[in-house]
Amino acid sequence: MDVSAGCAQPMPFQHVYFDHNATTPVAPEVAATVVSCLGETFGNASSIHYFGQAAKQRLESARRQVAALIHAQPAEMVFTGGGTEADNLAILGVAREAAARRGKPGHVITSAIEHPAVLSACAQLEREGFGVTRVPVGAAGVVDPGDLRAALRTDTALISIMHANNETGVVQPVEEISRIAREAGIPFHVDGVQALGKAPVDVKALGVDLYSVSAHKLYAPKGVGALYARKGVRLHPLLFGGHHERDRRPGTENIPGIAGFGAAAQLAMQRARENARLAELRDRLERTVLDRIPDTGVNGCGARVPNTTNIYFDGIDGEALVIALDLRGFAVSTGSACSSGAVTPSHVLTAMGLSAERARASIRFSLGMSNTAEQVDGLTRALEESVAHLRRISVHA
Amino acid sequence: MPEAFVPESTIAVAMSGGVDSSTVAALLVREGRPVVGLTMQLWNQRRLPELAPEGGATGRCCSLDDVYDARRVAEQIGIPYYVVNFEEQFEERVVAPFVEDYLAGRTPIPCTLCNNFIKFERFLELADAVGARRIATGHYARVRYANGRYQLLRAVDSSKDQTYFLFGLTQAQLARTLFPLGEMTKPEVRELARSLDLAVAAKGDSQEICFVPNGDYAGFLEAYLRERGRKLPNSGGAILNSSGRTMGTHAGVHHFTVGQRRGLGIAAGEPLYVIRTEPESQRVIVGAESELFGSRMFVRDVNWISLAPIREPVRAEVKIRNKHAAAAAWVEPVADNRAAAGPLPGGRGSDSSRVEVRFDEPQRAITPGQAAVFYQGELVLGGGWIER
Repeated sequence: MDVSAGCAQPMPFQHVYFDHNATTPVAPEVAATVVSCLGETFGNASSIHYFGQAAKQRLESARRQVAALIHAQPAEMVFTGGGTEADNLAILGVAREAAARRGKPGHVITSAIEHPAVLSACAQLEREGFGVTRVPVGAAGVVDPGDLRAALRTDTALISIMHANNETGVVQPVEEISRIAREAGIPFHVDGVQALGKAPVDVKALGVDLYSVSAHKLYAPKGVGALYARKGVRLHPLLFGGHHERDRRPGTENIPGIAGFGAAAQLAMQRARENARLAELRDRLERTVLDRIPDTGVNGCGARVPNTTNIYFDGIDGEALVIALDLRGFAVSTGSACSSGAVTPSHVLTAMGLSAERARASIRFSLGMSNTAEQVDGLTRALEESVAHLRRISVHA
Repeated sequence: MPEAFVPESTIAVAMSGGVDSSTVAALLVREGRPVVGLTMQLWNQRRLPELAPEGGATGRCCSLDDVYDARRVAEQIGIPYYVVNFEEQFEERVVAPFVEDYLAGRTPIPCTLCNNFIKFERFLELADAVGARRIATGHYARVRYANGRYQLLRAVDSSKDQTYFLFGLTQAQLARTLFPLGEMTKPEVRELARSLDLAVAAKGDSQEICFVPNGDYAGFLEAYLRERGRKLPNSGGAILNSSGRTMGTHAGVHHFTVGQRRGLGIAAGEPLYVIRTEPESQRVIVGAESELFGSRMFVRDVNWISLAPIREPVRAEVKIRNKHAAAAAWVEPVADNRAAAGPLPGGRGSDSSRVEVRFDEPQRAITPGQAAVFYQGELVLGGGWIER
C-alpha cells in the first residue's frame, strides 16, 4: 500500500525562507553556470588538452571574479571545500607553520563569539600544545580591541576574529584590530563568511592577511569556499596530494562549484541596492515585532550586516517557536544551523551576557533576495500569534 | 485570533525510530488524521564513551541511528517531523534521581519517571506548542472513558503490556493520549509495519534502560559520578547474614539488588541471596531464599487512575516488578507518615496517598524503589512506589 497517498497534510501556505545565514538558494544565473561546467566544460583543469584548458579558463575566471569582490589579487585566492575548510586552513595552516619555524607551539587569539569552524580549530591547536586566548564581548556583541591588545604575547602566532557574527549580524572592528595586528607583526585572519555580499569587503583597505569566504551564503552551491591569503603569508597545508592551488590545497578542482562561486561574486557586485532594501525589510520586521509583541528586544547593537536580526521573546522556548513558525510556513532558526538542536544555549548570546533562559528564547531572522515586505508582514503576524500562544500555554504549565 | 496553526484534530506522535511508534504514525496517517512527528532527544549516547559497546552506541534509544530511522519514516509517510532536545530535563528528572535512588539503596525504575515527566508531561507541552490537541505513542496499553474517569487497561498482548510503567499518568494526560497499539499483538504490529513497507519493520526491540548500556547499572553509576566529578559516597563494606554474622566483604552496595544471588563472592553451603542493602552503613544482608519472601509492604505516592482515591480496602492483583505475575492482595489506605524521609522522586506532592498492601501469599523479593501497580483484571487501578 502506498502510505503517502493517504497523507492528510494540506498545504495551506507557501513556505517562506528567513534563514539566509544558514544557506541561500542558488541564483538562476549561477545554476546555469554550474550546469555548463557539468557537461560542456567538464575537463580536469590540470590536463594539457583542450578540455583541460577550457576548465582551467573557468577556474581562473572564477578566481578573478571572487578576488574582485573582496579587492584581492587572483593569485591570493585559494579555493577550498567550503568556509569551514577555509577557516581551518587559515588557523591551523598559519599556527602550525609558525610552530614549525619556532620549534614549539605558540599562541593564538580569537573571540568568544566565533563560528564553531574557528573555535574548534583553535581547540585543536590547544590539544597540540598551543595557548589560546578567547577575548570576551560586551552586551553589544562586539569585541573590544583593547582586550585583544592586552592578550598579545611574544609568541602570538595568529589573531582570528570574524567580520560579521552569524547569529546577531554584528560587525566587528576588523580595521582597528588589523592595525593592532600589523603593529605587533602578527598575521590576522578574518572569518568573512557572513559578511561577504552583505557588507563591502576590501581586504587591502582592511589590512587583513587572511580572509575566509563561502559560496553557499552568496546564492552559489554548497561545498565551495575560498581563503584569501595575502601574498607572502605561509600556510602549512592541511591536505597532501597534487600541486593544485599553488600547493596550498591539493585535489582536482571542483570546477562547477567554483565557476558558480565566480558567477555569484559577479552578481553580488551588480547588486548595489539590494543591501539597502534588505536593511529596510529587516528594520520593518524589528520595528513591528518590538511594537506589537511585549517583552521582546534585539540582541546585539551597533553596526550590523543589513539582513540579520536576533530577537528575544521572553518566556518562550525558541525551539518550540521555530517549530510553530515552520508549521505555519515560516523558516527561521534559533541560531547557527550548525548548533540548532544542541542542548546548550547559543555561545554567542551567552557571551554577550544573556541569561541561558533569554538565550533560549531568542530567534535569528536572516533575510535574502527573495524576501518581500508582504512576507515580512506575514511573518510578523505569525510571530504575534505564535508567541502569544506559546506564552499562554507556558503560563498553564 | 486563531490559536491553532495546524488543524485542531492534529495528533503529535512521539517517534523513537522503533517499529512501534513508526507504525503508530503510519496508521494514523492511513486513517487520514493530520500528524506531526516529534522525536525527543533525551540522552547523548556519546557521553560516557567508556560504557559504549564495541562498534559504538547504536540501536538504543536516542542514538543517531534512531533519529535517522524516525526521520526516514516521517519522510516516507509524508508528515512534518522535528527533533526536540530534552536532554537537560531528562537528566534532571530521570537520570539524576535514578543515580540518587541507587545510592540510597533502592532499585529505581527510570522508565516510569521518564513516562511521567518527559514522555507525557513534557511531550504534551510540546504538542500544545505546535498546536496538536492529542498525542499518540507506541506504548502497549489501552485507555477508555467510563464512569466519569479515563481508565487505563492492560494491552491485549499481555507479553508486551507496558501498563506497569504507566501508572503515574494523570486524568488530564490520559484524556489527550492515544495508544493505537493497545489492541494489537506485537506480531500484528510487525506485520502491519511490513505491509506499510516501513523502513523499520524488521528492526529489533529496544532493550534495557536506554541510557544504561548492557544493563550494567554499577558501571553506569560509577562512570556518571566520575563525569560529574563526584565519588561514590562509600566504596565497600561487610556482607552479613540476618543473624549479624559477617560472611564477607563487598565493593559498594550499589552493586547489589534485592533477590540477587550471583556476584556475592561467598562460598556457602546453601545458595545465598541479597535480602536487603543498608547504604548508610554499607551493609549487605544475605540469607536463604526463604528469607526473601514477605507478605506486606507500604506503597507511597499512589496515583489512582481507574478509581477515585480509595477510602476503604480494595481487593486487587498487585504487581511488584515488570515481570512479576500480579498477586492477589488487599490494598488499604493508611496515614501518610512521611516524617523520616522526603518524597521519592516521582512523588506527586500533596495529593499523594499511601497504602498498605497485604498479599494473600508471600511474595519473593519485595524491592524498595520499585513500583507496585494495582490491577483488577485488565483494569489498572493505580500504583505507587514501594517504601523501604
